[in-house]
Amino acid sequence: MIEARGLTKRFGEKTAVDDVTFTVRPGHVTGFLGPNGAGKSTTMRMILGLDRPTAGTVTVAGVRYSGLGTPLREVGALLDAKAMHGGRTAHNHLLLLARSNGIPARRVDEVLDLVGLRSVARKHARGFSMGMGQRLGIAAALLGDPAVLMFDEPVNGLDPEGILWIRTLMRSLAAEGRTVFVSSHLMSEMAQTAEHLVVIGRGRILADTSVREFIAANATSHVRVRSPQLGELGPLLARRDWRVEVDPDGSLRVYGADPAAVGDVAADHGVRLHELSPVQPSLEEAFMRLTGDTVEYHAGGRPVPPAPEAGPVSTAREGGAPPAAPPPPEASSPDLPPTAPDGTWRGGDA
Amino acid sequence: MTAGPEDAGRPPGEGASTHRDVAAEDGAGRKRAEHRPASFADAVAAEWIKIRTVRSTFWTLLAGLVVTIGLSCLLAWVFVSAYDRLGARDRLRFDPTAYGLAGINFGMVAFGVLGVLVVTGEYATGMIRTSLTAVPRRGRLFAAKALVLGGVVLVVGEIVSFAAYFLSQLIFADRHLDAGLGEDGVLRAVIGGGLYLTLIALLALAIGTLLRHTAGAVTTVLGLLFVLPIIGSFLPGDLGRTVRKVLPAGAGGAIMNTRPSEESLSPWAGLGVFTLYTVVLLVAALLAFQRRDA
Repeated sequence: MIEARGLTKRFGEKTAVDDVTFTVRPGHVTGFLGPNGAGKSTTMRMILGLDRPTAGTVTVAGVRYSGLGTPLREVGALLDAKAMHGGRTAHNHLLLLARSNGIPARRVDEVLDLVGLRSVARKHARGFSMGMGQRLGIAAALLGDPAVLMFDEPVNGLDPEGILWIRTLMRSLAAEGRTVFVSSHLMSEMAQTAEHLVVIGRGRILADTSVREFIAANATSHVRVRSPQLGELGPLLARRDWRVEVDPDGSLRVYGADPAAVGDVAADHGVRLHELSPVQPSLEEAFMRLTGDTVEYHAGGRPVPPAPEAGPVSTAREGGAPPAAPPPPEASSPDLPPTAPDGTWRGGDA
Repeated sequence: MTAGPEDAGRPPGEGASTHRDVAAEDGAGRKRAEHRPASFADAVAAEWIKIRTVRSTFWTLLAGLVVTIGLSCLLAWVFVSAYDRLGARDRLRFDPTAYGLAGINFGMVAFGVLGVLVVTGEYATGMIRTSLTAVPRRGRLFAAKALVLGGVVLVVGEIVSFAAYFLSQLIFADRHLDAGLGEDGVLRAVIGGGLYLTLIALLALAIGTLLRHTAGAVTTVLGLLFVLPIIGSFLPGDLGRTVRKVLPAGAGGAIMNTRPSEESLSPWAGLGVFTLYTVVLLVAALLAFQRRDA
C-alpha cells in the first residue's frame, strides 16, 4: 500500500509534482501513466525518500520510507536500470544490498536464478546489456521479497522476450497479493499489464480508476462496417441517431450504435456487409483525449473550480495550499468522469 | 551471455515465494515474516563489501603504497648520497624520521583519491540511489561509509607508514643516521603518519560528498593539500609563517616531526588542527547529504 497525500515537488520555479493524492493498493498492478516529464519519476523518488517533498506526505505500509526498519524487505524498487557501480559483479551488487538489510546471502542466488542472470553472476555489471541491467535491477527489487514493488519504465530497452517476461512477472507478483506500481509513458504497455491506473499529466493526477472505466469514460466505442454498398448504407445509417464517419480505408465508423442494430438496418435494405465489428477504444485514445484536455487547460490559464464533487480524499489536502484547479468546464467533454467508485476524478478536488 | 529464453517463459515469482513460510498475516492478507530491523552494523557490512569489490580501491591503495614507500626510500638514498657535501647546520637539523616518512606527503594524494571515489563513484554510476533505498537513513549510510573508509585507510596507512620508516632507516643506517623506534617521538611520528593519511581520506570523502563529482573533488583535495602551501609560501614574514603552520598540509604533516621546528606547529597541535578541518568538512558534508535530493 502506497499512500500519497498532497504530495508536491517544486524545483525552483518549476512544479514537477503538484498536490498529488493517490493510493496504490495491493493485489493488482497499478499503472502510473503519463507523458514524459509528467512527474512520474519524481513522484516515485519521493516515495523512496530520494527526493524531499516540498509539501505533502507519502507513506509505504503506513510509514515514511526512511522510517522502515528493513526497507528492502518492505519495498523493492527499480528506478533506473544500471543504478549500480559497473565495476562490481552482479553477485556482489546484490550481496551488499542483502547485507545492508540483514537478508540472508543465499537469497542472492535465488533472485539471480529468478531473473535468469545466474550464469553472469560473476561478471561486471558494466558489460551488461540494457536488458540484463534491467533484470539485475529487478533482482535487487525482489531481494527482500517485499510486499510493495515499484518499477519506473521497466520495459524501456527490453527486447520483446524481456517485455513479455516483465509483464508476466508483474502480474504474478500482484496475484501473490503484492502492491505493484509501474510507471510508463506507453499506453499500450499499461493496457497489457495494469488493472488500475493513476494518470498524471503536468504533475497533476488526472484520473485514478480502473483501466476499463478509464477507457469507457474517456473514449467511446464504435462499430466498424465494411460493405461494397457503402454509398447506400451510409445515408441509411446516418438517418438514425448515429454518428457516421468514413475511415480512410473506406470503412465506416458508426458511433452510438450496437452491431446488431447496424446489421438489421443493412438487412432491411438488402445491403451486403463484409465486416461488422464492435471496436473498443484504445487506452491510447482515451489517454490522448484526457491529456489533450490538460494541455488546453494549462494554456488557458486558471480556470474556475466547479462545485466540489469528490470523495473523502478531498479532506486530505494540506491546509493553506491553493485549491487544485480542476479541468475547466469548456475543456471537459460531457462524458468525462467522475468515474471510479471511490470518487477519484482527482483533478477537481477542492 | 544474456539470459536464455528458458528463463523468459518460466512463471516468474515462484522463486520469490520460496521463503515466505514463516509468517504472520498483514492487513492485505499477505503472509509477512517478522524481521529484526537493519542496524548500523549491517550498513557497515554493506559498505565493507562495496569498498572491497571495486578495483579502484585496490589500485589507489597500491599507488599510495608504492609512491609513499618508493619516494621515502628514494629521498633517503639521495640524502645519504649527498650527506658528505652537507653543511653542519643541515646535518644538525636533519630529522631522520620525518625524512624517512617524506613520501607520505606525496602518497597522500592516492589516499585522498580513494576517499573521493568512495562517494563520487556512487554518484557517477547512480549507485547512490540504490544505496539510499537500501539504507534510507542518510546519517547512517554516511557514517558507515566514513567508518569503513577510515578503517581501511588506517590499516593500510599504518602499514605504509611503518614500511616507509623501516626501509628508509635501513638506508640511513649506512651512515649511522637512523633513528630507532624507541627514540623520542619516533613511534608517535610513524603512527601519526598513518593517522594523517586516514584523516586525508576522510577529508576527501567529505569533499567528494559535497561536490558529488570526481574530477572536481580530486582537484579540490589537491588544491587544499598542494596549492594552498604554495600560496602560503608567498605570504611575507610572521603572517606567512603563521598561515603556513595552520594550512592543512603543514598542520597535518607536523605529526611526523621529531625535532621541534619554527616552521610548524607541535605534532599533536598540528594533527589537531587538521582533525578540526576534517571534522568541519565531514559535518558540512553530512548536512548537505541529508538535505539534498539524491
